[in-house]
Amino acid sequence: MVYEAQQGHPGGDFSATDTLATLYFGVMRYDPAKPNDPARDRFVMSKGHCTGAFYSVLAAAGYFPEADLKTYMEPLSKLNGHPNRNYLPGVETNTGPLGHGLPVALGIAIAGQIDSKDFRTFVLTGDGELQEGSNWEAALTAGHRKLENLTLIIDRNRLQQGARTEETASLDPLDDKWRAFGWHVESVDGHDHQQLLDVLSASPKGRGKPLCVIANTFKGKGVSFMHDNVAWHHGVPTKEQYELAMAELV
Amino acid sequence: MSAAAPNKAGMFDCRDSFAATIESLAEADSRIVTVVSDSVGSSKLGGFKKKWPERMVNVGIAEQTVVAVGAGLANGGKIPFVSAASCFLTARSLEQIKADIAYSNVNVKLIGQSSGVAYGELGPTHHSIEDMAWLRLLTNLTIIVPADPWQTEQAIRAAAALDGPVYVRVSRMPVPALDRSAASFEIGKAETLVEGTDATIIANGTMVHRAIAAAKTLAAEGISTRVVNMATISPLDEAAILAAAETGAIVTVEEGNIRGGLGGAVAEVVTANDPVPMRILGFPGFVPTGSAEFLMEHFGLTETGIADAVRQTAARKK
Repeated sequence: MVYEAQQGHPGGDFSATDTLATLYFGVMRYDPAKPNDPARDRFVMSKGHCTGAFYSVLAAAGYFPEADLKTYMEPLSKLNGHPNRNYLPGVETNTGPLGHGLPVALGIAIAGQIDSKDFRTFVLTGDGELQEGSNWEAALTAGHRKLENLTLIIDRNRLQQGARTEETASLDPLDDKWRAFGWHVESVDGHDHQQLLDVLSASPKGRGKPLCVIANTFKGKGVSFMHDNVAWHHGVPTKEQYELAMAELV
Repeated sequence: MSAAAPNKAGMFDCRDSFAATIESLAEADSRIVTVVSDSVGSSKLGGFKKKWPERMVNVGIAEQTVVAVGAGLANGGKIPFVSAASCFLTARSLEQIKADIAYSNVNVKLIGQSSGVAYGELGPTHHSIEDMAWLRLLTNLTIIVPADPWQTEQAIRAAAALDGPVYVRVSRMPVPALDRSAASFEIGKAETLVEGTDATIIANGTMVHRAIAAAKTLAAEGISTRVVNMATISPLDEAAILAAAETGAIVTVEEGNIRGGLGGAVAEVVTANDPVPMRILGFPGFVPTGSAEFLMEHFGLTETGIADAVRQTAARKK
């Protein structure tokens, strides 16, 4: 998609793909034929620039034809550079600017809490994105309200657009930060489907706390020349790189 | 009529009307919830909190989150009324209003309380005179500036009934109850409160009763002045503005910045169609400290100042 569109964020796409696939094909309750079903589990893609991965998974889940992926970022395409709920079923809220997903997911989870509904709300943020203060406003209220129906997954690839997170505005100890805000924290290998499945599919009932899953990942996972390489936050492979990447991924 | 009571001078605080209306709506529709950022008292929502504590979400002093949580609650099937001081609600969370509410086009009602220069002495950090300019650029967002307690109730009821994002600007400045014997309210429709043929004053919010007073003064001098209450600033009633242009002179009055607000909106329509002499009354930018009444007086947002502006503008008629 990124190669065909000649733009995108392949590094973050590849670090998040395993989490997205696990959520959509192993954890979440949804019906693409009824995208607004009040009982559905919600997923909020806070790292909205990683539409390469998100759209691929939504298409594979059946929300729209996979052939539409060919229109990614084309003029007038429904597949914007950042997701738009008014164009695409399965998108819960429009994202793109960072630090928006968790506060909106918080509101969804509170709606479920008020009505004692059993749907779950999942939100995926980048780790660099946590430098936005809005996340911590939401973290405070989620902990205060003991929102066990809310799960945050942090794509902890340790890279942001310009450099390593720990060289920019360090986040560690990230687990202690969330615990201090009243969250239950689990740290997993974000490329290990079984670990992700175990922690995400466990029933939240009785936990009494929102769940934060730190998914330790690598940007550009699966492609040797992108792996853990800050240059691939966004970038477009050459024809040779594209062919090499496809060969490595298959 | 709302349950809000007047003060000793017979004037009303429209927040009372908001609070009474939201309680009445919540009684009938369990989807109505309120969302506040430690702004229960300033929103006059103490009664709501007492009746439905579980339906009030207080996120603390966190304006970005108060707006985003509204978006999430709407996703969960609620009709959230997000209520906070308009200076913070609109400025600190402008991107949330843009991305989470307007661009996402979700069913959230934003209630900007104590708008304009109501917090006069507290200075420009606490004035909300820019909100019209930055919010009226946002597609999908309906913007209503009611002029009196009756219209505040109508605006809140209409906002609840509309499936989409709405911003209602509620003042704490005392206003009289206008003559509503023949009134009706519809989003996007201006109302002519005084008929006139020589000039038109287009006003909204706390300026409407002052505009009516100015028109009475002018009528005594033989200047027949129409007064149009443009309570909805987005979508704008362009037909009412074009009709006003036929009187040959237009003066707009708002409790806001002269750039980008009601006056700017009217000017866009006037210049695109049939230019007539026009004057925009409001605040020129950050203003000195002083009570709201002092500031209105100082910047000519009074019966006298408005009448002067109409005389001057009518004198420029072609």
